[in-house]
Amino acid sequence: MEPTSTDRFADRYPILGGGFFLAGRASGEVKRRLSELSLPRELVRRVVIGTYEAEMNVVIHAVSGEVSVSVEGDEVRVVAQDRGPGIADVEEALKPGFSTASEKAQSLGFGAGMGLTNMQRCADEFRIASELGRGTCVHMTFRPRPVDSKEEQQDDGD
Amino acid sequence: MRLSEVAEALEAEVLLGDDLLETEVGAAGAADMVSDVLFFGRPGMLLLTGLTKASVVRAAQVADLSAIVFVRGKRPDEEAVELARDLGLPVMLTSHSLYDSCGRLYARGLPGVIPARQRQSPGIQ
Repeated sequence: MEPTSTDRFADRYPILGGGFFLAGRASGEVKRRLSELSLPRELVRRVVIGTYEAEMNVVIHAVSGEVSVSVEGDEVRVVAQDRGPGIADVEEALKPGFSTASEKAQSLGFGAGMGLTNMQRCADEFRIASELGRGTCVHMTFRPRPVDSKEEQQDDGD
Repeated sequence: MRLSEVAEALEAEVLLGDDLLETEVGAAGAADMVSDVLFFGRPGMLLLTGLTKASVVRAAQVADLSAIVFVRGKRPDEEAVELARDLGLPVMLTSHSLYDSCGRLYARGLPGVIPARQRQSPGIQ
């Protein structure tokens, strides 16, 4: 597919496990950077939602991790990799509503068990690999969606 | 519905965004869980919530929401207020409950967002 844009961009954001105070900062920065490129707004929105969910999973569950974002044309790739406990049963974890979030995370409004579901829904390609006792890696690829799919395009009056 | 009308309907205190009260909101939603906001939130949506942490403000930024109303007399914590101020996100406080607040807005013609299941959402259940 011919890229409709010539944007290129790549960046990495370290994330601290348990770093609730800074949580969301990486995703906020990703949003700011991507908004400067000529990418469709609905695409940026999906990327940032997926990135925020991935970032929060690292904060909530892992020791440390990193989110990397790269743009080539109008395709955006996000990789979230962490050093942490890993996921015992990935298939179970992918079920909407499944959560092992701590009380601390719950007090901040996390633990709905919709994080991985949201990532899958927002991304056009989604892969997850996890090793118990080592960590988890999530790959997401995002591409512009046809406007008539109405997934995120909205009559938001702007 | 304009934010000024939202404030009036909810007898709300405008904590942030006094200068943005002419903003039109097309729909509203209510949630106390961040991922729920991200799941059903639509760009430009007004969020009503009882969650007073910065995480809900971050969710509003991530999901391109237009404003947040904190219900039942709850005040967002300092970190949340600071983040909303940085982001230029309007914030209101109402003493009405979540249920009553939603009812007041709905009765005045502000609809909810389209339920996720009625939208195209491949791969979900």
